[in-house]
Parts: sequence; C-alpha cells; structure tokens
Amino acid sequence: MEYFLQQTLSGLATGAIYASLALAVVMIYQAIDHFNFAQGEMAMFSCFIAWQLIHWGFPYWIAFFFCIAISFAGGVAIERIVFAPIRNAPILSHIVVFIALFQIFNATAGYLWEFTIRVFPSPFPETLPFESKLIGMHEVGVFGITLAMLLLIYLFFKYTNVGLAMRAAAASPDSARLVGINVGWMLSLGWGLAAAIGAVAGMMIAPIVYLEPNMMLFILLYGFAGAVVGGLTSPLGAVLGGFLMGVLENLAGAYIIGSELKLTFALVVIVLILIFKPAGLLGRVVVQRV
Amino acid sequence: MTAETASGVAPTRTPSNRANPADSLTIFGVRMPVVRQISIGIGIVVALGLPAVSEDFAVFQMTQVLYLAMAVLGLNLLTGFTGQFSLGHSAFMAIGAYTAAIMMDRMEIAYFWTIIPAGIVCFVAGFLFGLPALRLEGLYLALATFALALATPQLLRYEHFEQFTGGVQGIDLLKPDSPVSFLTNDQWYYYFSLLFGFILIWCAWNLVRGRTGRAMIAIRDNPIAASTMGVNTSMYKATTFGVSGLYCGIAGALSAVVVEFIAPESFTFAHAILLLIAMVIGGLASIPAAIIGGMFILYVPNISESVVDTFFGGDPSSKALVWVSFGVFMILTVYVMPSGVAGFVRQIIGKLARGR
Repeated sequence: MEYFLQQTLSGLATGAIYASLALAVVMIYQAIDHFNFAQGEMAMFSCFIAWQLIHWGFPYWIAFFFCIAISFAGGVAIERIVFAPIRNAPILSHIVVFIALFQIFNATAGYLWEFTIRVFPSPFPETLPFESKLIGMHEVGVFGITLAMLLLIYLFFKYTNVGLAMRAAAASPDSARLVGINVGWMLSLGWGLAAAIGAVAGMMIAPIVYLEPNMMLFILLYGFAGAVVGGLTSPLGAVLGGFLMGVLENLAGAYIIGSELKLTFALVVIVLILIFKPAGLLGRVVVQRV
Repeated sequence: MTAETASGVAPTRTPSNRANPADSLTIFGVRMPVVRQISIGIGIVVALGLPAVSEDFAVFQMTQVLYLAMAVLGLNLLTGFTGQFSLGHSAFMAIGAYTAAIMMDRMEIAYFWTIIPAGIVCFVAGFLFGLPALRLEGLYLALATFALALATPQLLRYEHFEQFTGGVQGIDLLKPDSPVSFLTNDQWYYYFSLLFGFILIWCAWNLVRGRTGRAMIAIRDNPIAASTMGVNTSMYKATTFGVSGLYCGIAGALSAVVVEFIAPESFTFAHAILLLIAMVIGGLASIPAAIIGGMFILYVPNISESVVDTFFGGDPSSKALVWVSFGVFMILTVYVMPSGVAGFVRQIIGKLARGR
C-alpha cells in the first residue's frame, strides 16, 4: 500500500509537468488548430538558457525568472517571424515548419552545449521539513510551482482584459476582429505564454531527467497524450489529463509493463483514446457544418 | 459534352483519364507527351547504365538512394496525394526490415523471397494503424504516428522480443554472392533493388492516374465534397496508408538485404523526420520527386558535413550545424518553393513551354 501511495504521489509530481506541457500544447492548438511539435524542444532550449545563466553565476531564482522572460519573448518572436507570414498556408506547411523548428532547436542546443548529459540544479532543499518516506522535496516543490503557475494562468484568462481578448481571438477570430481585438498579436501572445509555460515545465523536469538536447522528447509525448486524454478543446481537461498520465505512467510502470515500454504505453493510450473517445474526457465534440 | 452533342457537333476528342492540359503545350517545338517520354527514357537508360561506369562503393550508395526513394515515394502517396501526414514512417521501414531480417536469419529463407512478404506485413500494419487514426482529422494521424515513431526503437529493444529482434545489438545478416558472373555483388543488388524500384514507380504511376488516384486527390482537396460524391473516405485513407506502409516496408526490407545489418538505432524519430524533409524538398504529389528525395537523404548530409568540416574544423559538435541548416532549408522551402524541387522544375518547364 505504501508503495502504491509512493508511486501515485511521484506520478502526480511528474503529472504536473505533463499537465503544464499539455496546457501549452492546448493553448497553441486552440489558437491555430495545430499541435506544436516543437514545444518540447523550445522548453529544452529554455532550460539550456537557464543552465547557462546559472553557470555564469546568477542565483537560481533570478535565472529562473529571466529564463521565463526570454522564453516568452522568444515565443512571441517565433510567431511573428516564422508563423505570421504563413498563417493561411495549408496544414502541411505548418507541420513542416514545426518539424523544422524542432530540428533547429535540437541541433542548435547540440552545437552550443554539446550532446552530453548535464546536471540541472533543483532550487529546493535536499530534505523535507516533515518526516515522510512517500515523496521527495523536489517533487513537492514541482507540484507547488506548477499549481501556482496554473492558478496564475487561470486568473489571467478569467479576470484580465488581455486574457479575455485572447480567449475571444481563439474562439472566434472574425468576431474578435470586429470588436477591435488585434487577433494577430493575440496569437503571438499565446505563443509567448506557451513558450513560458514550457520553460517552467522544462526547468522543473530537468533535475529529474538531466539536461541534454533530447531530454524533452518523451516528456512531450506524455504532454500530448495528456492533452488528448483531457480533450484538445479544454485547457482544464488538458491539465487533468496531464496529471492522469503521470499517475498512469507510474502505476503501469510499477505493476504492469516495467520501465522499458513507457513510450509504447503513451502510444497505446493515444490510440485507445482516439478510437473510443476522440473528444477526450472534457473536450466538446466538434461538429463540422458543410 | 452535352452541349456539344445537342448542337450536333461530334466531340473532337474522347475525354479520357489521360487528358492532361499540359499535353497541348510544346517545348522547343517538341510536344509535351514526347518530352515526357524522352525524359522517362533517359531516366531508364541512366538508371540501367550508371552502375557499369561507377565504382563499387558508388553503386552501393545508389542502391541506398533507390530504397530511400521508395520510402519517400510511399510517404508522398500518403501526404502528397491524400493529404494525410505521417511522422512515423520510420516505423514501417523498421517493420519491413525486421520482417525480412527475421525471415532470413531465423527462418533461413532466401533474401529474394523476403521482400514481398515484408511489404504485405507492412500493408496490413499500416491499414490497421491507419483505420482508427484516420477517422479523425489529419492532425491526429500526425500525433499518433509521432508516438509510433518514438515507441518503435523502444519496442525493438524490448528484452522479451529479443529472441526475434536481437535486442539492442540488432541482427547481422549475410547476403549471398551475385548469381550472375559478370556482375559484382554491389551491381547485382543494385539491379535487384532497381527491379523493385521500377515496379513500385509503375504501380504508383497507375495508382494516381486512375479512379483510385482521383478519389485520393479529391479527399486531399475537399474531403466533404469527396464523401458527398460517394468516395468512402476513411476506407480510401486507410488503404492509402496501408499502401504507403507497403512501399516503406519494401524499402526497409531492401535496406536490410543491402546493408546486411539492422538495429533499432536505424529507425528512430530522426529517420522519420529525414523522410519528411526529403519529401518536402523533393516536392509533394510528384513521383520523380521521390528520387530527388532519396538522393537528398543520402548525399546532402555527407556533402554538408564536409562543407561544415572545412569551415569549422573537425569539431564533432559542428555536425549539429548540418541539422540546423536542414531546418532552415525546410522553412525556406515552405516560403519560396512550396512544391519542392519537382515543382520548381515544373515551373521552369512551364516558362519554356508555349501553347500551340
């Protein structure tokens, strides 16, 4: 029973990471109807920026917030420079550009920082303030930071004018334009936010999986799986789906398949959801009018 | 048609599937169909004659170009003609390669009997995988195949399958010597691959020009209209996915025979990306583009690596720059040459050609 609890709790901690990535994926999906296949590599690149800052002697938290700011600016810049010119191009062009970005980030990180494994520091103390064998301090910290971030994002979308404008631009671009919202810039902001969320997720997972250019590949897959499980049209669903994937991954790893087939597990989950409940748990069924 | 018949004028030309508006154009006074026949003829002569005048290693590389081109062609049938995306065609090459290798190594079947079964296995695998994913929009297929590409190397390494797949080490194969005395081994396996290349290109050609091809293109251009016209879209999509799996399977099987070695590392996500890059740069919805794509995969990384080496020294991390430049190339292609090299050539021909 204790083993079960332990696995579930650490699953919730990794689930928090998947939830953040799933949320970033869903945000971009809602804005432009595509999956950002480069999301993970963008997060990885942000992590390397943070690592470099820490390496130069900045304190962790300054590097942390600085990195989030850079990632936000980078996300906005990518949308402005790369995606704005081809906003109306066919889906294939978008997917090709996503893959190209994936390639560029991955290889640039490899060029600048080499393909060796590095240790990324955890900002949290080694030991818990209370006695527990169930969970480590880093996991508690990850959970706390992620929940705080999700809460902030929720408040932003719910109570600020910009948040409302962004939701309007995603839900109905034409009507949003008619009431004076600059839809193009709202998309860029969405990209910036998604990049920033990804950066936080990356910096939280990096101490666990170690820092290297390919570190985000399987985490991104779990983020996608979380988004699909929760429903691509529902940010809340994506967050829940992410947590669910974290717990499922750990429990399946502990009791059923072992640690070698975790990617296959994500594949099976994605395919099963697509067969039996394509809208996901909380998503709405999209009906197309002819 | 109806109007013509009603007015009493007999139709001057029977409309057929082969009617191509470009046929009435001329280039330097030669009619387009003739130009096309001449270029196909030149292509065949070059393909047949090149090994006779090349070094053995160059022939070996050309064999690799051939099977990579088959894989790109398979992907292009799916993406270029039906408008579905796959980021996981490395998985089908893996299935084909492993099917062939297991048949050769574990069951001791001669190599020339393994290619077709490998293709059939991949057709079934592709059809079954495509059926659920294709009921939804193309994006979900991209996602599912992305997962497939990531999971494949892991499955191939999995210890409980090791007795079949050879685990991390993969499988070492041995190809028998050339049965024809006047051909070297490399030449023989080149012609062996070329035979499959001709057959597959000919099949693809007929597939996209007939009734099936029209249905595929209709699905790409407007799925709703296509289904209104009675095209069973999900069946066509799944079948096309199967066929494209078959092409990749045959390519994979040929790679196992020719390279004599397979391992999980040959079929990673990076390989799937390479196939996609090759298809985009070669050109969508074009059969000759597959050859350009195959050459791209094999030669361009080597060439650009040596270019990078001369400018940045032999630093291993500078190899990463090659991949950066691929990414930049892809984005530029989307901007300035969205139909790839093949589309570019078509444009030039369009400029040169005149209407009669």
